[in-house]
Amino acid sequence: MTATAADVGHGYTTTGLPHRKIAIWAFIGSECMLFASLISTYLIYKGRSIAGPFPHEAWTDPSTHHVYKAILNIPVTSCSTFVLLMSSLAMVLALAAVENRDVPKHTLGDRILGSSKLWLFTTALLGATFLSFQAYEFTSFVHEGLTIRTNLFGSSFFTLTGFHGAHVTAGVLWLLTMLGIDFKRGLGPKDALNVDIMALYWHFVDVVWIAIFTLIYLIK
Amino acid sequence: MSDAHAESHEAHPTWSTYWKVALILTVITVIEVWCYYLKGFPETAYFVPTLLILSAVKFVIVVLFYMHLKYDAKLYRALFTGPFLVAMATIIVLMFLFGKFAIHLSLLT
Repeated sequence: MTATAADVGHGYTTTGLPHRKIAIWAFIGSECMLFASLISTYLIYKGRSIAGPFPHEAWTDPSTHHVYKAILNIPVTSCSTFVLLMSSLAMVLALAAVENRDVPKHTLGDRILGSSKLWLFTTALLGATFLSFQAYEFTSFVHEGLTIRTNLFGSSFFTLTGFHGAHVTAGVLWLLTMLGIDFKRGLGPKDALNVDIMALYWHFVDVVWIAIFTLIYLIK
Repeated sequence: MSDAHAESHEAHPTWSTYWKVALILTVITVIEVWCYYLKGFPETAYFVPTLLILSAVKFVIVVLFYMHLKYDAKLYRALFTGPFLVAMATIIVLMFLFGKFAIHLSLLT
């Protein structure tokens, strides 16, 4: 059975699916390949830096005899990973709240779970917190002597995590825009597709970090 | 309205499912970090496969439940898994050509 003319006219393709959702999945597919190229570049250069600082081992500069400690801070990154995972939870709760806007809410718990403003704000706040962790990490790395020009590790690390951070930043701006619309006129079931598309982007940013956390931070 | 359209509007998970998924993701992350600090374990041959499997489980859980691929239309699944498989193949091939795999196989000196 094919889509009706009315379906196509209202943003549905001949597959019967909304074209914007197909577009975001195609975009996410292309983003998979972008991050695969960045991750493989990091992995290829891993362990090939001639000079430190190194991610998991201390290094002594032979000319100055200055000792550089292992640069990665696993406890801090574990916290930021937890923050990003919880932002995904807040995002699905925001989407559920928008989809169920018209469902009557009898208890305080129902009203909290059903507040799209609360969950959109929480997601944006957690995203901003993740970015703060990343800013702290980048700053401390620079102070410890690792910049994007120091060695192969620095170049590939800052490029990969910087690209991811830029994606998170775009996601936070998108969330704040949606939150503004929610305050202005309220988001309801008719806006569910727009929130769903934003949620897909946000979860994609989360799954990329799941891969980065394991491949870059945990595997020595 | 088409079947695919109807399929794309299947029920999403409930709030309790979302909370359970968040708990599982947190527990797996704790296990990953615990593996990193477990004395002697990072030096064993099991360390990397363990972390890769745990990471893959987290990845699949988020994609299936939070991105709703388990519940949405098959076309979305194809649009994601197709490029994802190409991306994985790219990483593996590049690792064989230039990375650690090439060194292990003495393809690079």
